[in-house]
Amino acid sequence: MSAGTGRLMSADRVVDQVLEASRSDGCVVIVEEVSQAELRFANNTVTTNGTRRDRDVTVVALRETERGTAVGTASSSGAADAVDLLRRAEANAATAQPAEDAAPLVTPRSSEPGSEFADPPVMTSLAGLGSVLAGLGDAFARAAAVGTRLAGYAEHHVSTVYLGSSTGLRLRYVEPTGKLEAVARADGGARSAWAATGAEDLATVHVEELKERLDRRLSWGERKLELDAGRYEVVLPPDAVADLIVPLGDATSGREAEEGRSVFSAPGGATRVGESLSSHRFSLRSDPFAEGLECTPFLVTGASGQDVSVFDNGLPLERTDWVSDGRLARLQYHRAGATRSGVEPAAFANNLILELPGATSTLEDLLGRTERGLLLTCLWYIREVDPATLLLTGLTRDGVYLVEHGEIVGSVNNFRFNESPVDLLSKAIEAGRTERALSREWNEWLNRTAMPPLRVAEFNMSSVSPAT
Amino acid sequence: MANVELDAEFLALPLDAVRSAVLDRARALGCEHAEARIERIRSQVVSLRDGRLETSADDLELGVGLRVVHEGSFGFAATVELDADAAAALADQAVATARATAPAVGERVELADEPSHGGAVWTSSYDLDPAGVPTAEKVALLEEWSGRLLGSPGVDHVTAYVLAVVEDKHYADLSGTVTTQRRVRVHPVVEATAVDAEAGGFETMRSLAPPAGRGWEYLLGEGWDWDGELARMPGYLAEKVHAPSVAPGAYDLVIDPTNLWLTIHESIGHATELDRAMGYEAAYAGTSFATFDKLGTLAYGSEVMNVTGDRTVDHGLATVAYDDEGVEAQSFDLIRDGVLVGYQLDRRIARLMGLGRSNGCAFADSPGHTPIQRMANVSLRPAPGDGPSTEELISSVDDGFYVVGDKSWSIDMQRYNFQFTGQRFFRIEKGKLAGQVRDLAYQSRTTEFWGAMQAVGGESTYRLGGAFNCGKGQPGQVAPVSHGCPAALFRGINVLNTREESGR
Repeated sequence: MSAGTGRLMSADRVVDQVLEASRSDGCVVIVEEVSQAELRFANNTVTTNGTRRDRDVTVVALRETERGTAVGTASSSGAADAVDLLRRAEANAATAQPAEDAAPLVTPRSSEPGSEFADPPVMTSLAGLGSVLAGLGDAFARAAAVGTRLAGYAEHHVSTVYLGSSTGLRLRYVEPTGKLEAVARADGGARSAWAATGAEDLATVHVEELKERLDRRLSWGERKLELDAGRYEVVLPPDAVADLIVPLGDATSGREAEEGRSVFSAPGGATRVGESLSSHRFSLRSDPFAEGLECTPFLVTGASGQDVSVFDNGLPLERTDWVSDGRLARLQYHRAGATRSGVEPAAFANNLILELPGATSTLEDLLGRTERGLLLTCLWYIREVDPATLLLTGLTRDGVYLVEHGEIVGSVNNFRFNESPVDLLSKAIEAGRTERALSREWNEWLNRTAMPPLRVAEFNMSSVSPAT
Repeated sequence: MANVELDAEFLALPLDAVRSAVLDRARALGCEHAEARIERIRSQVVSLRDGRLETSADDLELGVGLRVVHEGSFGFAATVELDADAAAALADQAVATARATAPAVGERVELADEPSHGGAVWTSSYDLDPAGVPTAEKVALLEEWSGRLLGSPGVDHVTAYVLAVVEDKHYADLSGTVTTQRRVRVHPVVEATAVDAEAGGFETMRSLAPPAGRGWEYLLGEGWDWDGELARMPGYLAEKVHAPSVAPGAYDLVIDPTNLWLTIHESIGHATELDRAMGYEAAYAGTSFATFDKLGTLAYGSEVMNVTGDRTVDHGLATVAYDDEGVEAQSFDLIRDGVLVGYQLDRRIARLMGLGRSNGCAFADSPGHTPIQRMANVSLRPAPGDGPSTEELISSVDDGFYVVGDKSWSIDMQRYNFQFTGQRFFRIEKGKLAGQVRDLAYQSRTTEFWGAMQAVGGESTYRLGGAFNCGKGQPGQVAPVSHGCPAALFRGINVLNTREESGR
């Protein structure tokens, strides 16, 4: 990674320029600088690649009225004139009704602006992909020699966000995100395996190590078995747990729950906060300071939503336990919503951690204790079927294995499942030690996850999928 | 409908200077092919909850992307800096990327021939540029719609939103094609919710109006009967709340185009993308059961099944005059009399598989992304002449359901096994509608499902559906696409009860 600003006006100056030109009753400016390098491959050849430089500027303008505070926002990517953008935001505020999510703008914790606010954004390049590019040529050759085809993707993305406000906030944070994902397909696609790694820095990620994981899984599939649909005991590796738990995190809207339209609603306008979801003492949390999963420690949003507000920009984020001791502990609220409901505001940081405190078992330990069950690799095309139960449907993909008497005995056809992540917590037989995981389904939106392996009873495989 | 002129503000950008600088430099660096896109995408979301404004977000995306083929390797680079110096540097960057990745490129990239189209301009069919309609006017319309529903018995909550996108694109390549195109699209959605406060539980009913390649006039009644739809929604919702839960089993289904478009999208649209069928999406979007060796022989469905791909239909979301490889828009057959006869192509895959000219399916969703093969408007043809009406299709069912509106969807990575729900499901008994049921999902396999299609409705039942958000590729790209289809009759389809599926 290198530092550089190119020909654009520096981000800190954009913030200052807008705040100086602002005629509004309050103003927030967000500049997100993005630098990305990516590499895609399939059929043992690199297919697409690229490097990209982007900048997004969002201006939030407030207007005080007799009935409350109206807000207008405008965003632009590229080298747009920031003052034009401000005028668009102010024009939107001029005609807007008072906002339901209005709250006083966040003020700095200390009077001194952050010393690094004037620092340039951090940039990446193809070099940010580390040894991945160099390792692929050899991996392709060795795969081709045994009739295997590799397909996958590597990406390094660095976001540098600058947030300033008329109340004196001057915040900057650098959030690098990387991943390497690959599928190995053998026997003309009849056998396949998937493996992936999420990391801040791809220098720590090697194609060779990923290929070993793929080869190991491919070897489990040499004996093919056919099984019917039905309810099975399953062992979910941390990546597959992330596939199911990310939608659980998304379902924690306080407003929806209070309005009676979520899985966490209770009759009579109440919510299920405090209710036990599992006999295991699971903790589900987001935490900007979690080791290895560090992320932006203040709230940044360019648009309000049902539980997130542009008024809360710059709000310090801290560890928030959504599930604690196996009980639903918190729901999401912006500050205005929290005040109305008499609760504390709560917002997600850009990570999600599921943990059973004290658990030490590995995936192998869980498999060893499985009398008969299915080991899954990852889940895919997950969509909500019924929000009232948070019933999700989706498919198993690139590796389902039958486990008997603690041993993997062969690979099995794929299934369509219909299952709720809320029930997953209650049906868990045991959980292992939490480790970094990458959800195949959701990693574009949430890369930073840490999950335990889970052994779960009565997982509903609704039908067989002949897909390979 | 009169086409509107290109946008003066977009034309005032340094299009010529940037285009010349980037292509001249690419030519000087010895590229076999180079295509540059300068794009400006304006989008706006306005969202109301229970009649109050929740989100109003106004976004403008502006930048330039360059893809080159250099010594048989692709290289892509993009920036938001729109000046000649930055553009020339972009060419160096794209060539450097092509060179860096060349050692891991096992297949030399070559593109199917496409004649130069010289200079051309085009705009989609619309009357009112949504970017020109004041936000307050948009909010007021959605407020008024929300008020109508909130004032109806049994409606507890209403969400209303509209997403409007205006895309201006200036494209040029080394063959001399220089195009400037404007696409306009809007997606209005209204949903009403009924909550059972005492017992817990809730039901929703969403508008069926599809997203369309139209301007703001669409929300004012051009192309959709909003008054009729808003008037009927509370009644449908109230009936659904009190409807019995479905008994699972095999049933005949009459599927309305408001639901069937999505089944077409997932089980035909994606399955007939040749890059997928050849394994180039194996790690992400998936592959296809409709492999290349089955071209011309695969029995995809019954004899009444005829499917086309096009980039030409009026108001289609994937409609343009030229794609992002400079290929002219076309219309082509994918399935004829139930047999697979074609694929969607881009220039690389058309050349690789010896299929001649590309049929124009290469697109990038933004200046920052490289073009990939994206879906045309993939549509199921209605019965010729005075084909059956929806009522006639229903009248030929003894024991089944009439499925209306899309909701939940999921399909496997080879496009076999799918599951869909809907907005409302009407029981059909002895050829007559007999009230709604709840909790219905239909699950099937692609060739079994289309093989069970006994009849397609006539022209009178034909509608264009679609989506703004079809996802594909890594990094992820979204594309808008429409699918036209008639109502159709399917025999013996597996119906599930979603409450039973959740173990309740």
